[in-house]
Amino acid sequence: MKTVLIASAALALTAAAALAQDVVRMGTEGAYPPFNFIDDATGEVAGFDIDVGNEACSRAELNCEWVKNDWDSIIPNLVSGNFDTIMAGMSITPERDAVIDFTQNYLPPEPSAYAALSDDVEIGDAVIAAQTGTIQAGYVVESGATIVEFPTPDDTIAAVKNGEADAVLADKAFLEPFVNEDPDLFFVADDVLLGGGLGVGLRESDTELKIKLDAAIQSMKDDGSLNELIAKWFDERPGF
Amino acid sequence: MFQFCTDPSLLSDTRWMLCYLTSPKHIAFYYSFGTVLGLLAITAPCALMLGFGGAVAMRSKIAPVRWFGRGYTSMVRGIPDIVFFLFMPIAVDQALEWLRHKVICPDWPDPVRRGSDFVVCAEAKLPLSTSAAWVHDAYSIFLAVLAFSIVFGAFAANVLSGAMTAVPRAQMETAEAYGMSRRQSFWRILVPQMWVYALPGLSNLWQILVKATPLLFLLGITDIVYWARELGGAKTSTFSYPHPDWRLYYFLFLLVFYLALTSVSERLFRRAMVRLSHGQATMAGEAQRKADTNEVTA
Repeated sequence: MKTVLIASAALALTAAAALAQDVVRMGTEGAYPPFNFIDDATGEVAGFDIDVGNEACSRAELNCEWVKNDWDSIIPNLVSGNFDTIMAGMSITPERDAVIDFTQNYLPPEPSAYAALSDDVEIGDAVIAAQTGTIQAGYVVESGATIVEFPTPDDTIAAVKNGEADAVLADKAFLEPFVNEDPDLFFVADDVLLGGGLGVGLRESDTELKIKLDAAIQSMKDDGSLNELIAKWFDERPGF
Repeated sequence: MFQFCTDPSLLSDTRWMLCYLTSPKHIAFYYSFGTVLGLLAITAPCALMLGFGGAVAMRSKIAPVRWFGRGYTSMVRGIPDIVFFLFMPIAVDQALEWLRHKVICPDWPDPVRRGSDFVVCAEAKLPLSTSAAWVHDAYSIFLAVLAFSIVFGAFAANVLSGAMTAVPRAQMETAEAYGMSRRQSFWRILVPQMWVYALPGLSNLWQILVKATPLLFLLGITDIVYWARELGGAKTSTFSYPHPDWRLYYFLFLLVFYLALTSVSERLFRRAMVRLSHGQATMAGEAQRKADTNEVTA
């Protein structure tokens, strides 16, 4: 009887330890297809970020859970510990790197593109819509064009459609389906290459998790599975 | 939901709509109405209790308690709600985590604040990162209820304290003449009579509370406003149900919902007012008494 008790207690302890170990809460926006969005069929988040994150987690033997969070408060919520990583189509930039840490990139720099209602928009003196706190918003400010910022990617498209802005600047992969399916929308001007590719955002104090995820992403690059995921979600992107 | 929903792109318009409106995403939208109603159901009594406590504190004979009551109401009433809603959950969360951190892992060598990071030991996190997703949701709703209760409690304290002073002084004097103690006359005479004076103010507060629930969205809770915006935005073929920008219709639906909610509660408050006025020395109570005697004589 006693041994049974001890054995079950030991079992319970190890089970608790296994549970307590490495639950990683992954923050994402859930509003930026094809990087991350809410799937109609499940009501849960899906997309490129989520596929990469899940694969990296299983390789690093982490127990991962997805958390939705608005874009503009995603970094403050990471640093205050509400979740442990950001995978939300976030590009690696020096400004962000000063506040949080990034793993190596899991997508090469994605070109940013302008979409507008007519193809003769002069980008230099146009009103450009961009999502607040994105590299595109920063770029528009530097380029000297007038910027109107919106909290969600949806709003930036809506602003162009209803004439509030002349063009929208966003990741090309996000704009492509809109331009392909909406006869009124066109790509204008040249694409611009911004940022250092998408990385997993982490707290600067979280070095252990960074090492694990870095190794997982490296192994996904090495065996080509990351390129497969890139081919699944994006049209004609180079991969690694 | 339905058998025929497997490939939405092949469906006729009616069936497509039926499948669209019963997609798991929409079910989450419908559930979020429950979140909002649940929040109201918990917050209203909590705020009322805090308000009652505040009103009693404001009338206290002990000076520090009175100062606390006054300080609480004037402070909360003076600060914009939205600032309070953004500040409270973060401050309370960090305060609780810090306290737990001090108690549970006093031997922790690293500082809690490192640059912009706020890091407590894993055992002190609230909720623990190992807990299920619903615990995290419940915790954020708890923080939201706390923020709402404190803000609306301060307004309720002001309303109730006004109502307490509005009860005719003669009533209290009579109670004292009957030999009731301060406590007895408070609970037996003042409290039962004050509600009729408090009700107009409280019903107003309730309406404001109903209208304030979209602030939940600011606290990161996926409430009806979040889902309306998410579902309404233009969807490309990345999604199973592509559609143009339908936010107008979703927000129109919310508008109808809130209007219905406020109109139902207005009706309930009117009924409560009629009941509470019964036998009161107010104009409404007097009108009821006259109507009753007229009926009897006629």
